Amino acid sequence: MEQIYKILDIILPFSWLSYEFMKNAFLAILLIAPVFGILGTIIVNNRMAFFSDALGHGAFTGIAIGTAIGIFQPMWSAIVFSIAFSVLITIVKNKTKTSTDTVIGVFSSAAIALGVVLIYSKGSGKYSSVLVGDLLSISAGEVGLLLIIAIVIIVLWLMFYNKILLVSLNQSLAKSRGINTIAVELAFTSAIAVVVTVSIQWIGLLIINSLLVLPAAAARNVSTNARQYNIIALLISFVSGIGGLIMSYYLDTATGATIVIIAAVIYFITLGLRKRFI
Amino acid sequence: MEEFIGKHRGNCENSLGCCGYCCTKIENFSVTIGRTQILQDVNLHLHCGELTAIIGPNGAGKSTLLKSILGEIKHEGNIVFAGASGEAAGRPVVGYVPQQLEFDTSAPLSVRNLFASCMSRKPAWQGVSKKVDKRIIDCLDRVQADKLIDKRLGALSGGELQRVLLALALEPMPQLLLLDEPVSGVDRKGLEVFYEIVSKIRKEYDLTIILVSHDLDLVRKHADRVVLLNRTVILNGTPEEVYTDERMHETFGLTGILGNETDENGGGK
Repeated sequence: MEQIYKILDIILPFSWLSYEFMKNAFLAILLIAPVFGILGTIIVNNRMAFFSDALGHGAFTGIAIGTAIGIFQPMWSAIVFSIAFSVLITIVKNKTKTSTDTVIGVFSSAAIALGVVLIYSKGSGKYSSVLVGDLLSISAGEVGLLLIIAIVIIVLWLMFYNKILLVSLNQSLAKSRGINTIAVELAFTSAIAVVVTVSIQWIGLLIINSLLVLPAAAARNVSTNARQYNIIALLISFVSGIGGLIMSYYLDTATGATIVIIAAVIYFITLGLRKRFI
Repeated sequence: MEEFIGKHRGNCENSLGCCGYCCTKIENFSVTIGRTQILQDVNLHLHCGELTAIIGPNGAGKSTLLKSILGEIKHEGNIVFAGASGEAAGRPVVGYVPQQLEFDTSAPLSVRNLFASCMSRKPAWQGVSKKVDKRIIDCLDRVQADKLIDKRLGALSGGELQRVLLALALEPMPQLLLLDEPVSGVDRKGLEVFYEIVSKIRKEYDLTIILVSHDLDLVRKHADRVVLLNRTVILNGTPEEVYTDERMHETFGLTGILGNETDENGGGK
């Protein structure tokens, strides 16, 4: 880690990057931006913005359960709970004819209620940090964990991109071409669940979904094919991530929220440009 | 040739297998969803190089039949594809063009992306190799859609989208092609072009084609065989046989069928 810090000092000798916590946050953003960009494009393609929002709530409940049980680190039990939660929603969504919105709404509010009850029964307010999150609290070891997650997600994405694309276009069409649509959907929602759960403590439940959805939604406004869509979404994700970190340093604002504001501004600009592209 | 097919059909109807010609057999298909029986005991014998049109009133189970052949809906009964030498070869390779592709029309996805995602293992957004690109153009060429390759999927007209989906269903070349004709969104001209392309493809690639249709005029002009379906097979024969049968008239009413060639709207919908 020391060597990476030294390299950062040489390549980017800026004052905002002189502290160690800023270096960690910077590295975390470099890793998390592509992951959020990628997952965001898939979420928006599948019209699952509300779903990923519910996953955030599931992660919150997971952390609450983990703290209540207190056997393992809260994060591991949170990951297990979030995956189970996402699998459950996906299955119920595919099995019932109830509107998807309703199913997700029910699960989402039930999860958040359970989480709130558990956290306050323990009498500690410290997990309210999960609601807002603090990107600058990230440690070197957690950056390592993010690196592993980023590699796994990117490899999965490269391997299954075509299948996910067909499933998001039309389920029947994908099935008729021999794709196991439920398996693809489950794998992908579990991936979102893991990423959201791990990063929620740094980004916060309240804004994590906007960070997932905004870059992709903005890219969609100004692209006509899959290549432009993915490249632009990744670019916006990087630009708003690093831009937000720098701005929050100088303006002394919450990092996650600043990133989201920049992404939102980019979204509205692309919305204005939309007519020229589509 | 006609004589040969006739003889073959004779043999087939005596259940001697598919001698000298390939065919697909649908045996005792029944579909029940909840308590409603949608299809009952459907038996069809389809030959390569033949266009079989399925017609019937709304709710007759036409789309359900296609979906159960695809395996998307649970059904009883078997489907067997038999090769040229008559040996049973199991389930056929099926190509499918859905009635209405429900998708997000604002999706940033070009026709090239769609084909690349089906034909190559490389992620579609990375672009395709020259070889795959040439194959994509060949596919689109079959349906006179090669000019559409860089268009966004959501920007295609109903007829164009239909042709692109047909091209996609022909790659890889299926043994059985299922077409569910859209009820709306494709104009008359577009439909005619579509039927002409389908007719041409049937002859060129010796495919078995099942077409669910709502346009009785075009069916009469292009189909080799017409099946009137209403929960089960009511009529099965050449267009002439079916169109002159009384039960056909009972189903659709008299308008537009009784030799009314000039009826532009297809009638009887």
